[in-house]
Amino acid sequence: MSWSSVLIQFLNGLASASSLFLIAAGLSLIFGVSRIVNFAHGSLYMLGLYTAVWLSDRVGFWLAVPLAAAGVGLVGIFIELFLLRKIYRAPELLQLLATFALVLIIKDAALWLWGPEDLLGPRAPGLRGAVELGGIQFPQYDLFLIAVGPLVLGFLYFLLKKTRFGILVRAASEDREIAAALGVNQRLLFTGVFALGALLAGLGGALQIPREPASLAVDLTVIADAFVVVVVGGLGSIPGAFLAALLIGEVKSFCIGLGFSKATLVIEFVVMAVVLIVRPWGLLGRPAAPARAPGGSELALQAPGRRPLAAGFALLAALALAPLAVSGYTVILLTDILIFALFAASLHFLIGPAGLYSFGHAAYFGLGAYGAGLLALQKVPLEGALAAGALLAGAGALVFGWFCVRLSGVYSAMLTLAFAQIAWSAAFQWDAVTGGSNGLVGVWPGGLFASKTAFYWLALAVCAALILAAWRAVFSPFGYALRAGRDSPLRADAIGIDVRGRQWLAFTAAGIAAGAAGALYAFSKGSIAPETMSIQRSVDGLVMVLLGGIQTLTGPVWGAALFTWLQDAAARSIDYWRAGIGVVILALVLALPNGLGALARARR
Amino acid sequence: MRILAILLLGFACSANSQTIKIGELNSYKVFPSFLEPYRKGMDLALEEINNGGGVLGRKLELVVRDDGGNPGDAVRVAEELVSRERVDVLMGTFASHIGLAVSNLAGQRKVLFVASEPLTDKIVWENGNRYTFRLRPSTYMQTAMLIPEAVKLAKKRWAIVYPNYEYGQSATESFKKLLKKAQPDVEFVAEQAPPLGKIDAGAVVQALADAKPDAIFSSLFAADLQKFVREGNTRGLFRDRPVLNLLAGEPEYLDTLKDETPEGWWVTGYPWSEIQTPEHKAFREAYQKRWQDYPRQGSVVGYTAVHAVAAAIRKAKSTDTEKLVEAMKGLRMPSPFGPIVWRAADHQSTMGAYVGQLSRKGGQGTMVNWRFADGATFLPTPDEVKALRKAQ
Repeated sequence: MSWSSVLIQFLNGLASASSLFLIAAGLSLIFGVSRIVNFAHGSLYMLGLYTAVWLSDRVGFWLAVPLAAAGVGLVGIFIELFLLRKIYRAPELLQLLATFALVLIIKDAALWLWGPEDLLGPRAPGLRGAVELGGIQFPQYDLFLIAVGPLVLGFLYFLLKKTRFGILVRAASEDREIAAALGVNQRLLFTGVFALGALLAGLGGALQIPREPASLAVDLTVIADAFVVVVVGGLGSIPGAFLAALLIGEVKSFCIGLGFSKATLVIEFVVMAVVLIVRPWGLLGRPAAPARAPGGSELALQAPGRRPLAAGFALLAALALAPLAVSGYTVILLTDILIFALFAASLHFLIGPAGLYSFGHAAYFGLGAYGAGLLALQKVPLEGALAAGALLAGAGALVFGWFCVRLSGVYSAMLTLAFAQIAWSAAFQWDAVTGGSNGLVGVWPGGLFASKTAFYWLALAVCAALILAAWRAVFSPFGYALRAGRDSPLRADAIGIDVRGRQWLAFTAAGIAAGAAGALYAFSKGSIAPETMSIQRSVDGLVMVLLGGIQTLTGPVWGAALFTWLQDAAARSIDYWRAGIGVVILALVLALPNGLGALARARR
Repeated sequence: MRILAILLLGFACSANSQTIKIGELNSYKVFPSFLEPYRKGMDLALEEINNGGGVLGRKLELVVRDDGGNPGDAVRVAEELVSRERVDVLMGTFASHIGLAVSNLAGQRKVLFVASEPLTDKIVWENGNRYTFRLRPSTYMQTAMLIPEAVKLAKKRWAIVYPNYEYGQSATESFKKLLKKAQPDVEFVAEQAPPLGKIDAGAVVQALADAKPDAIFSSLFAADLQKFVREGNTRGLFRDRPVLNLLAGEPEYLDTLKDETPEGWWVTGYPWSEIQTPEHKAFREAYQKRWQDYPRQGSVVGYTAVHAVAAAIRKAKSTDTEKLVEAMKGLRMPSPFGPIVWRAADHQSTMGAYVGQLSRKGGQGTMVNWRFADGATFLPTPDEVKALRKAQ
């Protein structure tokens, strides 16, 4: 690289950083005030992109950008008023589920509105060409973008430091309860902040049209990057988000410039992992004020009485006899449901009793699948491969967990995500061992378990045993210690519970269970691809747990059953099945904020 | 109650029907720009066949499913098609890894699988099996079709950019191998492998320019291609530098470039408006009449895949899987691109592609100087293939 190309790559990094900052800033603001992890932020960005492309044909580029941003801001107001406002009091993370449903709905709405083809927007009038810097052509528009980032930062700084609205926002970010006690109108504040965040996302999208086409895949690629920037910078910190965007923009740009383009698959997650390990609250973040009355709204889990126990065993018996009554495909679907029930139950064990959020649980599912698959291809018998897969996942969880239990809340969750992405990229790129993007094929169960029915019984035995073991553990001294550590870490520590040690153990145990689920999954599908440990798989697990309800014991099993069945049924019968699933999830969120499991409890 | 009635009715219908079922699964929601035209092509072929009396006196029926865009769901959907819908043939898939997973299942469950679109070489070679046949010209074939143009350019220093997954990797590998063979003094001076759908185009363009290549080989497509083209145009990467780009001439990707379309790039693609062979004219007119829209590459693939299944059933005079597999081997049939043969040696069809140069015409991209490259001429011989398909 010559010096002039170093300069150009530096500027490239700055331009990407500006774009990253715009969406991350909105996400950070929303989280800071309302504690909502807005999964649909990438979808708002996508809406901004599409709207601006569409408008620029009609009113010209420079008018289209602010109009699109304002339009997305309006959509944000609409979402806040008619959806989020109704569920602020719901258990934590439920808002995540609601915004996940929005992702599905907005994607299908965009497909319906703008069609399947990518739409390449116009260049910006007045900034079409390039300027020459050190003998190299550099786009004028990128120079403009480089300026936009600091301008927006300055504007937000002014807004937050110098206006009454900003003071209220900061007060609410600092301590929501006190702000409310002082008579701050929270409803108005939340709506305002969500609208501002949405507007910034829309602006970020609209400003990208000279650089990237509007396409339906953009929402998910953007949201992952935005989360990373927000967390690296420190949740709720706008200058932190700016700094993080700069860091990540530059690191990526120089990875490419120095010829390590393959590293860009995962580099932002590596950066995030390193930052979080060194600075647990991000670059400029601060530890959150301790929430008052922790777990106050939650009912303590009760050990099931005799009647629910009897009902559970009856269900188990019915499942065992099911293959005698139903046709071939139902057995296959039931096998899937069992596997995901185990996966969801293992995740629930972390989120529920242990109070550890995980956004990257698919890592252990995938490690189990790859471990079992690799051994099966070496002709290791199925039983051995299953056990080894689960143990490999446990080993992974042991290593990753050691770091993750040292952080708390969303930071810990994002570190799990970073590790999952690192594991995923290893599977994706390590062609010689994992088969690269194609994965491994030909992992079929042989001998005794070759038939679908026999394999179903195996899956039932393994899943039921592990799920029951997890439930049993919740009511063991270990489980009580975990729950004590979750509800009041200080008091638990004071009475001599090694909270981190217990959490680490729980993390590893959950990893083993997820690994067993993954190993079963590999054998039931006959092939494994890197998708088994993708973000999508982790999100699916979260959705199952949240649908079922965090504060219930059996919830994740119901959630897994419902979600798997929904995907199967909806994808089969309707064209816009993604939106269909989204609508069902939204309906459930509004009707049953405590999840399906709570329904079972209410009946009792 | 009403739902129950509908269910019963549906059950009764399917129990009475004598249709021959094709189970089609694809990532309709992940790659809609290719697969919506694909679906229209399938429907057109289905109507043609059924209006002509069906096959073996029975109507053909398509059972279409979304495969969720990942191999795990795809395998489940395929199982559903086989065990619940009792389809006679499986068809479809887009991405390589999904194609391979379904192909493996087809081998396991002994069902005929006509892989219409996945481009991976492995599906017919290393991982090929008795029950899988593939329609599209593979990554290897399409790369080989561009090699004569690369050799004619007589450039020494090449830079390569490709999406970092199976398709891009194997295109790059084949390109390097084939060009090195034809032109031993060639040098590959830079390689950029951005993640699929996430190219950081400005930085990639600068990194390629740093290597001062004489020419560029790219296998980017869709959004990555659009970003690359725009940045490259603005930053002058393509000035006096020939570029070869797989797939960029397919309407799915070309049409979105509009006035950014780079002049003179050598590409594989589908100049739909200019092909005047009788078989293509008939196809284009029927398609436009049916859909009031012009055909894309996906339309041709979907259309031909359905006709291939019908032709195999006619030849086998049966829907028995083993007989169908034997019928597919060496099956000759017409297609909008002219007659094709399904090779017995590796189960690859000889469908070709069009090789030409990109050009702008009235703010739209088109292909000029194009010629048809017959797939048969770009495939290894049956003996070479036998070595590749060692497992079988």
